[in-house]
Amino acid sequence: MFNKILIANRGEIACRVIKTARKMGIKTVAVYSDADKNALHVKMADEAYHIGPPPANQSYIVIDKIMEAIRETGAEAVHPGYGFLSENSKFAEALEAAGVAFVGPPKGAIEAMGDKITSKKIAQDADVSTVPGYMGLIEDADEAVKISNEIGYPVMIKASAGGGGKGMRIAWNDEEAREGFQSSKNEAANSFGDDRIFIEKFVTQPRHIEIQVLCDAHGNGIYLNERECSIQRRNQKVVEEAPSPFLDEATRKAMGEQSVALAKAVGYTSAGTVEFIVDGDKNFYFLEMNTRLQVEHPVTELITGVDLVEQMIRVANGEPLSITQDDVKINGWAIENRLYAEDPYRNFLPSIGRLTRYRPPAEHVRDDSVVRNDTGVYEGGEISMYYDPMIAKLCTWAPTREAAIEEMRVALDSFEVEGIGHNLPFLSAVMDHPKFISGDMTTAFIAEEYPDGFDGVTLPADDLRKVAAAAAAMFRVTEIRRARVSGRMDNHERTVGTDWVVVAQGEQIAVSIDADHGGATVSFAEGGSVRVTSDWTPGQSLAKVDIDGTELVLKVDVNSTGFRIRTRGADLNVKVYSPRQAELAALMPEKLPPDTSKLLLCPMPGLIVKVDVEVGDEVQEGQALCTVEAMKMENILRAEKKAVVTKINAAAGDSLAVDDVIMEFE
Amino acid sequence: MKDILQELEDRRADARLGGGQKRIDAQHAKGKLTARERIELLLDEDSFEEFDMFVGHRCTDFGMQESRPAGDGVITGWGTINGRLVYVFSQDFTVFGGSLSETHAQKICKIMDMAMQNGAPVIGLNDSGGARIQEGVASLAGYAEVFQRNIMASGVVPQISVIMGPCAGGAVYSPAMTDFIFMVKDSSYMFVTGPDVVKTVTNEVVTAEELGGASTHTKKSSVADRAFENDVEALAEVRRLVDLLPLNNREKPPVRPFFDAPARIEDSLDTLIPDNPNQPYDMKELILKVADEGDFYEIQEDYAKNIITGFVRIEGQTVGVVANQPMVLAGCLDIDSSRKAARFVRFCDAFEIPILTLVDVPGFLPGTSQEYGGVIKHGAKLLFAYGEATVPKVTVITRKAYGGAYDVMASKHLRGDFNYAWPTAQIAVMGAKGATEILYRSELGDADKIAARTAEYEERFANPFVAAERGFIDEVIQPRSTRKRVARAFASLRNKKVQNPWKKHDNIPL
Repeated sequence: MFNKILIANRGEIACRVIKTARKMGIKTVAVYSDADKNALHVKMADEAYHIGPPPANQSYIVIDKIMEAIRETGAEAVHPGYGFLSENSKFAEALEAAGVAFVGPPKGAIEAMGDKITSKKIAQDADVSTVPGYMGLIEDADEAVKISNEIGYPVMIKASAGGGGKGMRIAWNDEEAREGFQSSKNEAANSFGDDRIFIEKFVTQPRHIEIQVLCDAHGNGIYLNERECSIQRRNQKVVEEAPSPFLDEATRKAMGEQSVALAKAVGYTSAGTVEFIVDGDKNFYFLEMNTRLQVEHPVTELITGVDLVEQMIRVANGEPLSITQDDVKINGWAIENRLYAEDPYRNFLPSIGRLTRYRPPAEHVRDDSVVRNDTGVYEGGEISMYYDPMIAKLCTWAPTREAAIEEMRVALDSFEVEGIGHNLPFLSAVMDHPKFISGDMTTAFIAEEYPDGFDGVTLPADDLRKVAAAAAAMFRVTEIRRARVSGRMDNHERTVGTDWVVVAQGEQIAVSIDADHGGATVSFAEGGSVRVTSDWTPGQSLAKVDIDGTELVLKVDVNSTGFRIRTRGADLNVKVYSPRQAELAALMPEKLPPDTSKLLLCPMPGLIVKVDVEVGDEVQEGQALCTVEAMKMENILRAEKKAVVTKINAAAGDSLAVDDVIMEFE
Repeated sequence: MKDILQELEDRRADARLGGGQKRIDAQHAKGKLTARERIELLLDEDSFEEFDMFVGHRCTDFGMQESRPAGDGVITGWGTINGRLVYVFSQDFTVFGGSLSETHAQKICKIMDMAMQNGAPVIGLNDSGGARIQEGVASLAGYAEVFQRNIMASGVVPQISVIMGPCAGGAVYSPAMTDFIFMVKDSSYMFVTGPDVVKTVTNEVVTAEELGGASTHTKKSSVADRAFENDVEALAEVRRLVDLLPLNNREKPPVRPFFDAPARIEDSLDTLIPDNPNQPYDMKELILKVADEGDFYEIQEDYAKNIITGFVRIEGQTVGVVANQPMVLAGCLDIDSSRKAARFVRFCDAFEIPILTLVDVPGFLPGTSQEYGGVIKHGAKLLFAYGEATVPKVTVITRKAYGGAYDVMASKHLRGDFNYAWPTAQIAVMGAKGATEILYRSELGDADKIAARTAEYEERFANPFVAAERGFIDEVIQPRSTRKRVARAFASLRNKKVQNPWKKHDNIPL
């Protein structure tokens, strides 16, 4: 076995590989750029080697620098992780020349699968199901109809040079095919100056399902079942699971066997992933093969018990696979949620900065549940603009899908991240979405279910009652503590009341609290009661509350008349009033948030580079108003509608905070 | 007998109605609570004891004798906030617009005298159209009687003003002399002369809100310390503030049970200071991580943001915090921030509240506007306030402590009790670049030489050890252990006794 392995990567995947290497007794070398000087993977590795400035193209993907690190540290093998150099055949070549083992497939396999057209051809030759289509030039509408019939409706008629939906038509019958061909051709000619058209099968209700394969250098290859990754946002995977709730055993087997056949066809070794698109009738079509460890590999590990990184290292060391296809089982269900430093309330804009708080849920392995968090960050660390915004992969496992989802809900609620925008509330929302729960999803899930973006979760009435009961009980605890301040008038102390009115999400919920040593019984004025127990004390930011036997985890921030409570994706301003206070609070005018529709607000902290308009200008919808530089990217802010500029509050060179008013309109 | 008892109830009921149901409804329609409702929310349930419920005015001019409502437009008395004694007056806008008459003033004076005698805070809920014009000079005399008591009570018992409606003309000067002013957004304003007079005299057209609303006074003028959305929230926040304050200047600040380990280690503070000395960071993170339960009660949050002032608790006891904020103007001292912090330090000192000072200050803000504005004297206020303070003083230098600003920020030389520095501290006359440019003026043409000199200067002075070698820094501490060190420091200072020399009073550079 190797004595020392270098991980040519950063972040969570570098940490992930280090963990397994350490378990195997292999010494580890981390590489790092200036921006990662204090990164977690550097702290975890036995040695660390500096490879240059922050941008990846000057550090992590510079082959010479990695080779230098290998030479200087004497590493015998390199694990590339994913991204960066992981699918770079030149890198594999350089390692081969230097006599260093590459923990990945041979360079020939990387090259073969690296090109979309070549890989599709190889797949076809290996009898792997591919999307039926006609690649050649189509002369006229009649030919288009003929081809469409051969493929079978529905079909997609596409411009060869196309992109962004232009020159694209879906046809369900001959008439539509004829029309679609003509209009696509015209559009393509106008838009791209290239009217070549091709036709392929249109996959309805598409799901993204991929097969994990593992091959050794001795001709053995197995598949480790599938992962479903249909929950994606603009091709960025967000939630993955294994197995897929959609596949049956026969489809799984067919997909698995074709995948292994494909791997063998290119002389594949190591772990790899064959991605398929699967339609509503369980027809599956090859998309591409990723010749590396996949981000979402943990879900496969959780249901198969196989440590993929360990297998990759062993294969790279020339060992034959120690497991056969028959050893591969599906045990339980695993779900992965990717935590991104992206603000879901601001259209998933990347967010950078200091993690003032970062407390993942406690990891555990029990007979009936597992919580695993693969991460590369820590509290007090910095999320920089240079790399992927994914900061953690939270995985849960349980014997059933339902239980794994519930475990995930609690784990998400227990995950504390402050200082940056992040998608935790969105993930919680997905875990509670009926379509996700039923497993009835396609790759269009996010686009269809959140067409206008994400603006938070409204708690269902039953959950809101639970939160209200917990809030009232907690508020009473804080009030009792306040009443124990020193300097009281003896014998005239304040008696903290038992009746409270909780106002949240526009609802008023009156409760009465009967507290004892074990907890409190909270009775609702509308009827019914719940038993609330918790070991929460004032000041704790996480409250684990047991309500009639079910656990609810609340993120709690104290404010003057209650709490900000975050749970299950909802972000609530919860007021807890005495009955009299509630009566008087009802007299207070409701203050609507200021109308910002006539303002241009700064969407992110940044520097104004340029202001394109002047006071008095009439601007048209879509017209550029000014440019804000943030995270070294220039963002052009445009008019959302026709308007007249009445005031400009910022000039080039000004530094602005989020929501600062840049200009006002009439 | 029964009739007599009933008469009391009838009279009480009449007094409680103030200016009558119609005016109460009008008050509510404006989004404001009545004077009595406000007291209910301010004090512990059923703890209010009223004084002078039946006092009526004595004016007979302009037909005033026709209407003598009981209470005369102000409700006064005492009660408790979390069991602690406070005195309160609440002006009743439904009675003659809350205008101040001779008797109205006498009622306020009575409870102020009681508060002084019994050592308890005075809380004034202001909602008054101004002087009772019908009474003329008697009303003015009333104001002055209140002013005089504000002055005498200053530094003896905490005085808190909440502006919950109009407060104009002479009326503004009573709140102005109290320790804290809170305002309610959209329904309160304060100014010496109103928009009409302003227009007549200066031709400026300005709304009452722009001239003296909550936003103006918390952001521009610094007259008000905090502003809130409505009456309910403002009164809840007064209760929170009172929880932090001693009842009078002979008491130690209050202590309450706490649920946070004093020795809590915060590893993340080790990475708070960025590698680049010119990159800002948020000093509030340090405050929140040092405080009990991450609870910080900020004073003047929206004004002079380059310095942060407010209260935290450490081991359950109130501590005043003054901290430079590198996020704004690099955390420099200037006229506004010096005034803001000086007033806060003097409040803490007057009421035995220990002071924690967190330092990252590159110096005083240069420029003509500062010098013409008198930054010398304003800066001296903060220096003076720190120097005269006899309360426990613990200082932590996190990064920069340059020049005169180093001296000002509760340095050892100003009787700092514990002066800690993080290893990232740079205690020097100025930054390395500026220093070398002065020291090696002749070499300015040679960039390499200057760079070498700068590096040399940095090596020598950009650290806490030069100061520590002289004993100006008591110890260099790990950032992560700041809470523990600060808590232990204050614990050891609980019996601190320092007396300044006898004087009638000092002559702080006002």
